[in-house]
Amino acid sequence: MSLWQKHAIFEKNSIILVIGILVVIAIGGLVEIVPLFYLKNTIEKVEGVRPYTPLELAGRNIYVREGCYLCHSQMIRPLRDEVERYGHYSLAAESMYDKPFQWGSKRTGPDLARVGGKYSDDWHRDHLRNPRSVVPGSVMPEYSWLAQNELDTKNIAQDLKVLALEGVPYTPDMIANAAADVATQATADSPEAVDLAKRYPKAQARDFDGNPARVTEADALIAYLQMLGTQVDFKLYDDKANIR
Amino acid sequence: MANALAPQKTMTIGEGGSALAFAALAILSIVVAAKAYTPEYAFHAYLFTAASVAAVFAIMNRYFERPAERPPLEIDGKPNYNMGPIKFSSVAAMFWGIAGFTVGVVIASQLAFPELNLGIPYTTFGRLRPLHTSAVIFAFGGNVLIATSFYVVQRTCRARLAGDIAPWFVVLGYNFFIVIAGTGYLLGITQSKEYAEPEWYSDLWLTVIWVTYFLVFLATVMRRKEPHIYVANWFYLAFILTIAVLHLGNNATVPVSLFSPKSYIVWSGVQDAMVQWWYGHNAVGFFLTAGFLAIMYYFIPKRADRPVYSYRLSIIHFWALIFLYIWAGPHHLHYTALPDWAQTLGMTFSIMLWMPSWGGMINGIMTLSGAWDKLRTDPVLRMMVVSVAFYGMSTFEGPMMSVKVVNSLSHYTDWTIGHVHSGALGWVGYVSFGALYCLIPWLWNRPLYSLKLVNWHFWISTIGIVLYITSMWVSGILQGLMWRAYTNLGFLEYSFVETVEAMHPFYVIRALGGLLFLAGALLMAWNLWKTVTAAEEAKPADLALAPAE
Repeated sequence: MSLWQKHAIFEKNSIILVIGILVVIAIGGLVEIVPLFYLKNTIEKVEGVRPYTPLELAGRNIYVREGCYLCHSQMIRPLRDEVERYGHYSLAAESMYDKPFQWGSKRTGPDLARVGGKYSDDWHRDHLRNPRSVVPGSVMPEYSWLAQNELDTKNIAQDLKVLALEGVPYTPDMIANAAADVATQATADSPEAVDLAKRYPKAQARDFDGNPARVTEADALIAYLQMLGTQVDFKLYDDKANIR
Repeated sequence: MANALAPQKTMTIGEGGSALAFAALAILSIVVAAKAYTPEYAFHAYLFTAASVAAVFAIMNRYFERPAERPPLEIDGKPNYNMGPIKFSSVAAMFWGIAGFTVGVVIASQLAFPELNLGIPYTTFGRLRPLHTSAVIFAFGGNVLIATSFYVVQRTCRARLAGDIAPWFVVLGYNFFIVIAGTGYLLGITQSKEYAEPEWYSDLWLTVIWVTYFLVFLATVMRRKEPHIYVANWFYLAFILTIAVLHLGNNATVPVSLFSPKSYIVWSGVQDAMVQWWYGHNAVGFFLTAGFLAIMYYFIPKRADRPVYSYRLSIIHFWALIFLYIWAGPHHLHYTALPDWAQTLGMTFSIMLWMPSWGGMINGIMTLSGAWDKLRTDPVLRMMVVSVAFYGMSTFEGPMMSVKVVNSLSHYTDWTIGHVHSGALGWVGYVSFGALYCLIPWLWNRPLYSLKLVNWHFWISTIGIVLYITSMWVSGILQGLMWRAYTNLGFLEYSFVETVEAMHPFYVIRALGGLLFLAGALLMAWNLWKTVTAAEEAKPADLALAPAE
């Protein structure tokens, strides 16, 4: 009786075969995924990372809806050219509230992990309307309808509630003020901006799309883009403290 | 009742139960449609309503039309195979194949000529790209897998497919899932996880379909007349089971509301990235590899009329492949914020994976021992053997690209796209085409309309594949090198957009390659159409039961 004949037990019993398959495929996944949830050094300790404001979250959902992640990564690798081109390499902590993550897998366009503050709101508005008006060689599609579509945030508080349920630190105060915070952040010189900044430190409040009359999808998307990569202050960040 | 001896016709539990379930689903969908947060979601709810009502009608109609007795499991001691759902799935595969390849050509052209995005939401690259990947992987590939698995499991077990309504539920329900997923992308409904874009309600629907698929397959294996489960069925089982596990793990979301299409995944950031690529890479490993290896293990021996080269190699191949594949996901996350230990594990196992992959390739190709001459005369067999050769090539290229230093150049570039397509067009595409060229004549009992057209298909699409993958090698490596090029003063030499502009000629060549591949598939569709609609039935000799391997 050779070892080969012992394999017959799998070939003659479908249930044993099913169990065998499940055991064999479980190992790799368990070893690679489970420790990420309890090893403390998976996510660095960093100052400044906060949940998205309701307007940024709405913008992020538009980013997801339009499939931006298919051409733009949000993950700067610690390679010399990338750090020089895009800025400090991305930290795990910077996407700790990202559901789902938007690291991407292809750079048909440039990385956006630190695009916040690199261009003016005007530039973004023109670029979304017609990318080739500001970057002649671009192959990006036009997104002119974003500046025309009213932003739908009727139910944004529910989004925050679900995220809070899943562990994102949205407070009851944030949830209660979600809809109002959208309007506040998309308006220039709003008196409520102080409260918004208390809830969401460093949140930028202004009229992002150049149309003060309405809150459009472009407002939300540009608000999201302008905050990307700006939460952690790398002048203060001590990478030695997080040696893994 | 005309005949007193005829058994009383009664509704089975399956018929009654599924009709009731669909009626309930129809009512639920109407409520959801009425209260939906977005018009897009309401549209999907109406589609669910219409499909559920149609299902109730079809089940009742079928009940009234059918004879009182259930179809026998055997007729004259021979299994009474159930081929209806397989016929549907193989036609659907051809249809979705053409659709998916067409969208592929469109998005390839959009990258060369951005005006083709047309300036409206529904036709932008960002929405069409998931439509392309899902159409080719899940719609074309999925239907090929369902059709062949239902065929192979019946033949190799010498048993009728288990279930009465269940196989039809799997086939039709799966294709309905495709419609929901595809229209969803166009309307902007996506959860942005690559190759798992459909939102929570589509995911739930697919879960029900997939569990049914597993049960039908397993129950058929259990009623087998052969003592041993044939190797192709091991691979099908591993494919069905693992995809179920991956699907559940990667789609663990909480919907915002029953009336909202939007949901948020419970994982976040780095853990979500790891779960996504555990899923993503094993969608390649188990959907696009294990499932299609099952096709290789049945259709190549059958077509070549030779036994599988080595039984022992197939045992090693099977267990080593499914064990190692599951570890390979982190190679999609090299140099990211994923901890180094996980990246190193991913790279190590990806390199090891080269061995079982080539073991499988050897087992497939060497099955032709003593039948090599058939490659000259049988273009269908040639297509399948070339597919295994492409499998060997991409399973060498993959481990190489998973080496971190290589990956630092190749990642984020078109090299990855080229690699995927040498596997997708060369391996998955060709082995599926070969299987369909075998299966459709068998199912309809007609000889294949034209082998000459198969030959044309083979050469046109081979030229297409070569244009595709070579242009992507050049563009990928070129762009990777341009990104990291420095002037002698130590500055980055190229702005990003200069590297985009350099891609243009290769994007044109790639679109041309895709167009040739599509042209080949159109020839195939024509050929199969003429086969199915031919008047003459095959001679009874061809109907003889094939011995199970």
